[in-house]
Amino acid sequence: MNPAAAGTRPGISRPALLFAAVGLTGLALPFVQFRANRIVGGEGLSLPDALGPWGWAAAALVVAVLLALSRVPPRAALVAATCGLLAVTLSAGAAAGALVPEGDRIARVSLGAGFWLLLAAFALALADALSRLALRPAWRWALLAGTVAAIALILGTGLLDDLSVMREYAARRDMFWREAQRHLALAFGSLGAALAVGLPLGIVIHEAPRLRGAVLGVLNVVQTIPSLALFGIMIPLFGWIAASVPGAAAAGIAGIGAFPALVALFLYSLLPVVSNMLAGLAGVPPGVREAAAGLGMTRAQALAQVMIPLTLPVLLAAVRIVLVQNIGLAVIAGLIGGGGFGSFVFQGLNQTAMDLVLLGALPTIALALVSGIALDLALDGLDPRKGHA
Amino acid sequence: MIEIENLTKRYGPLAAVEDVSLTVERGRIAALVGTSGSGKTTLLRMINRLVEPTSGRVRIDGTDTAALPPHLLRRRIGYAIQGHGLFPHRSVAQNIATVPRLLGWDRPRIAARVDELLDLFQLPPGEFRDRMPHELSGGQQQRVGVARALAAKPDLLLMDEPFGALDPVIRAQAQADLRRIQRELGTTLVIVTHDMAEAITLGDRIAVMERGRLLQYAPPREILTAPATPFVARLIGTDERPFHLLSLTCVADLAQPGEAEGPPLAPGASLRDALALCLWSGRAALPVEGGGVVTLDALRRAAEGLPP
Ligand SMILES: Nc1ncnc2c1ncn2[C@@H]1O[C@H](COP(=O)(O)OP(=O)(O)O)[C@@H](O)[C@H]1O
Ligand SMILES: [Mg+2]
Repeated sequence: MNPAAAGTRPGISRPALLFAAVGLTGLALPFVQFRANRIVGGEGLSLPDALGPWGWAAAALVVAVLLALSRVPPRAALVAATCGLLAVTLSAGAAAGALVPEGDRIARVSLGAGFWLLLAAFALALADALSRLALRPAWRWALLAGTVAAIALILGTGLLDDLSVMREYAARRDMFWREAQRHLALAFGSLGAALAVGLPLGIVIHEAPRLRGAVLGVLNVVQTIPSLALFGIMIPLFGWIAASVPGAAAAGIAGIGAFPALVALFLYSLLPVVSNMLAGLAGVPPGVREAAAGLGMTRAQALAQVMIPLTLPVLLAAVRIVLVQNIGLAVIAGLIGGGGFGSFVFQGLNQTAMDLVLLGALPTIALALVSGIALDLALDGLDPRKGHA
Repeated sequence: MIEIENLTKRYGPLAAVEDVSLTVERGRIAALVGTSGSGKTTLLRMINRLVEPTSGRVRIDGTDTAALPPHLLRRRIGYAIQGHGLFPHRSVAQNIATVPRLLGWDRPRIAARVDELLDLFQLPPGEFRDRMPHELSGGQQQRVGVARALAAKPDLLLMDEPFGALDPVIRAQAQADLRRIQRELGTTLVIVTHDMAEAITLGDRIAVMERGRLLQYAPPREILTAPATPFVARLIGTDERPFHLLSLTCVADLAQPGEAEGPPLAPGASLRDALALCLWSGRAALPVEGGGVVTLDALRRAAEGLPP
């Protein structure tokens, strides 16, 4: 886990050379795309093309930082990579501002391959520096919160407002936040339902081993059904139920919309929840179980007071898997009118408006990253020694 | 008092325990010894019904254990196992409080009992009460395990190789502490061990098991001087026998009138210690505190199992 150890010579880290190569390639590719309107083909512009002398300065800065990254200690690399990320992001905003004529609502500046490669290079360098630093959890929490706050701040200042993604956002501000809420409701709602059903189910199959094969078998099959096929089954099924069972439609059951999306996410979440609960219970040391029974706990008391508390780290791992998976999968809800960020993605795909696709994809990726990192930090925070006798 | 009558446990065709009967008097220690797989653990676990007997009966103070729901029975019986089985997510105090809490004692009573037990096991409460099990040494974990077993003042304590994971020095100390505490509390104790020396040190009576059967149940001296079968003799180890015998008697019981040179022995020291001192110092007699001597001749007779 220590990439610095892989350095060829003292002072030069091999991963950093790779990041520099990625970044330099990025510099050679178009940084932004300029189009006279939303539909026409675009013209790729490099940093100097877009920003003139300032662009040369920015490019020189980026090259300097990229080359410096390979020779500096992790703390400096962290600062350098952060500066790089800021420089790239703000340059994109500035380029858009410079290219779009004042008052023009139709011209578009979207992010080019060069931008994404540079962003990737600095993000990789940042992650590398962080893993080499091995910060204490409190610092990592602070960094995560700081990053989220910084992104919110940059977006709030309007420095990026001339970028086409932000244009799409500005045109649909209300809808964006409605879909964001819906997306979170889908991801967390299905997680909550999967925990409510999966945890007891995991306990039941732990206590009754005969049921284990059947339950895990069914969940395994569910897990392998592709989501589109699952909708293919659910849309007619729920449509029929909504139409023929009295009160079903009023209760929210419908063939399309949020309901089948929620059910699909719920079904995909069950296997990780159930199997992790089972693994957690099975992992309780035999001496601990025996002591619980030998001291006179009933089966229920042993489960509630000893076994289940000891499964906490494994359960948290399941929550992490399921939440990140569901934040990503919730995009498919957009396909069947279930809402969420997927609405923008599929609308954008239909209109071949990549900026609209990005408006759905970027927040989805950000959400998944933030929740994954937060839950990893929570998991690290649990004392590993406490889980073992 | 525990009365075990014709107790049998079968797993398929295999009899893990077969037709075992024995009685442990109140306040006494019975040590179950035997090779691995001889059925010691199964026998012990049938007493608190962690294993249900195939046939036979266990009575504790005259009451058939089958008459009580198992979990209620177990709350009245202390239970300590190898590797201590402490709950890793609970503090030392919470671990010790397990059975009192199950029995619904009030908080002040539980807190007072926890401190009392920590004192008894020489773990200063202020220092140890709030530690987690992983913050203790092996010996300390083991003591907390035994303290937890004794928390609700059971009349009967069952232990399954409780000292198996300890190194020899800590182990000897733990045995001495157990003996002291058991005498102090008057607890009846059934302890499983595969170590004959431990059985001899601790047991008022020793039960020797082989392949599920009870071969001999007798006081240590009788086991040593009159092993019932060649297997029992082999388990003792013939070359160890004289030393085991000497360790059973204390110096005061063998002292005879006379005078000898050197610092006096404590009357409670074992004959084994006396012999070691004789050999090491090259003397034929040692003085005993409070008068009298122990002679090498008398020690030799004792080592042969002859009366003083
Ligand atoms: N739950 C069980 N199922 C089947 N066989 C068992 C079970 N428990 C113990 N046995 C068998 O019973 C015999 C006695 O085991 P045990 O009482 O654990 O011996 P000891 O404690 O003397 O080593 C062994 O042969 C063991 O394999
Ligand atoms: Mg055993």
